[in-house]
Amino acid sequence: MMELVCPAGTPAALRAAVDAGAHTIYCGFADETNARNFPGLNFSREELAQGVDYAHRRGAKVLVAINTFPRAGAEGLWHRAVADAETADVDAVILADLGLLAHAAEHHPDLRRHLSVQAAAANPDAINFYATAFGVRRVVLPRVLTVAEITAINREIDVETEVFVFGGLCVMAEGRCSLSSYITGKSPNMNGVCSPPSHVQYVETKGALDARLGGYTIQRNAKDEPAPYPTLCKGCFQSGDMTGHVFEDPSSLDAKDLIPALAKAGVTALKIEGRQRSRAYVAQVVRSFRTAVEAVAAGRPVPPGTLASLTEGQAATTGAYRKTWR
Amino acid sequence: MQLTVGPNQFFWDAAIWRDFYLRLADEAPVDTVVLGELVCSKRLPFYQTRFPEVIERLQAAGKRVVMTSLALITLKRERKLTEDLVDMGLEIEVNDLSALPHLPAGAAFSVGPLVNVYNESTVRWLQARGARSICLPPELPLASVAILAGAAPVAIEAWAWGRLPLAISARCYHARLHDRAKDNCQFICNADPDGRAVDTLDGEKFLAVNGVQTLSATCANAANQLPGLAAAGVAALRLSPQAEGFLDVCTLFRDLIDGRIDAEALSAAALPRAPGGQYADGFLTGRAGVDWSGAAQRLAASS
Repeated sequence: MMELVCPAGTPAALRAAVDAGAHTIYCGFADETNARNFPGLNFSREELAQGVDYAHRRGAKVLVAINTFPRAGAEGLWHRAVADAETADVDAVILADLGLLAHAAEHHPDLRRHLSVQAAAANPDAINFYATAFGVRRVVLPRVLTVAEITAINREIDVETEVFVFGGLCVMAEGRCSLSSYITGKSPNMNGVCSPPSHVQYVETKGALDARLGGYTIQRNAKDEPAPYPTLCKGCFQSGDMTGHVFEDPSSLDAKDLIPALAKAGVTALKIEGRQRSRAYVAQVVRSFRTAVEAVAAGRPVPPGTLASLTEGQAATTGAYRKTWR
Repeated sequence: MQLTVGPNQFFWDAAIWRDFYLRLADEAPVDTVVLGELVCSKRLPFYQTRFPEVIERLQAAGKRVVMTSLALITLKRERKLTEDLVDMGLEIEVNDLSALPHLPAGAAFSVGPLVNVYNESTVRWLQARGARSICLPPELPLASVAILAGAAPVAIEAWAWGRLPLAISARCYHARLHDRAKDNCQFICNADPDGRAVDTLDGEKFLAVNGVQTLSATCANAANQLPGLAAAGVAALRLSPQAEGFLDVCTLFRDLIDGRIDAEALSAAALPRAPGGQYADGFLTGRAGVDWSGAAQRLAASS
């Protein structure tokens, strides 16, 4: 059966995900060492140890994402995160930074290393490089690849691949985008945030609700219309005579129907995005995907979806997995 | 302090591309020129036959010539291109880490601004692997630049001029804006030699798209930060090519470094040459990248 890797932003969400059938949980410490550094989210050292215990007793694994890029002069914070994850007996750490990978490989050789999507390793040369240089055992593939490309990659590498199947969708190569810091000063790479709420402002104008990011209007909805969260690359802009979503519509990824194709492509694990989501959301998505991977493992078709209400603006896409998206 | 001309990010006609670099060879007071295709492999066949002539002229003029890798390598054809690049025998600027394993063991190489170099460990690892210069990601603040410049014996370079490369994608925005599939783009990015403007709904300048790349609408200008960059030990400033007036920009930066003009004079003289007509240096000052330390020029958000 394909491994289902599920998000947990809180200890309660971790337990909910395990109970709902997650094979593996990923989470982060409550600081800038992980790419979902939101207020009120993530784990203390003690909570992580308890979470690992809860998961391990039920046969589930725990991965810790330490996937921002350590700040110059402050690398100790990231080094401690890796050491503390090992102490908590986690099953692997998810890393993106070259320097941190080198550190972990040297000082924590027995701690399994996964390559974060933030490293954007998008071809076999890159993946084999990380495997050879730092002993990386699994690579989370960037959301820029088609299923055919993933198939081809898996033929040329010896490590496992993990792909996103549900939740927020980066349009840009992950870990290589500074759109957010260009407008707000806060970036996924350096601060673990993208288009942070602290820089969002809603302003009522004639019959409309404008969402501003860093003072720039990036979205305009009629007052009675649902307003999706104003993520920069999903905003509405003008270019020449075109007005609209220049980069991507405010939709999220749902590749559930592609699970059989991804299994055939040699993918080991399926990842659900959303450490910032509620435990009810996590439980519902995990249950649905667990049913789907069990069906696929038994040679049955993927059961019809029931998750439409959970996607951004109730709109879903299969993203780069289908070539036409490009 | 040296000047490096980064790889042209845009898609220009071959004749224009050739003339740009021949003039650069003859007239620009710069030390290093990075050639090659950074953004889209489909552009390369249109101008790569001009490489030998341009390389020869640049080298004859005493300039160091470096070839860039692509910024995002996904296709088999693109991996082959990277191998071919190494066969040219020139120094390579790695802008996607997957170019690294293609380099001959022990070969010196450069690291471009699109590789994530954020801390001392990364600088040291790259230096040990053979990096002799590293252009830091434009996102880094001066405080980090200073720490990294002292981390290892490697020449550190900072982004000093030109639209900032902010993101790279599998999706082509030029094709999307023209309702075309990427595979049938008909090379429409050629119509916008400095990128295509993307404005907010209020008409404020915001970003620019260039095929699969997204850039700032503003033009980065590090002139005001030169004292800090020099004190940090930065070895070179990177100037990014643009369609018009680039030689003037090179000369102005040479004059600034040599103390013939001050930052204010450079900024005033170069503003008509700045793509987008607005400056930014907020990344270096540790603020939002779009911010500018000089006199206010950004339009206030309308309310």
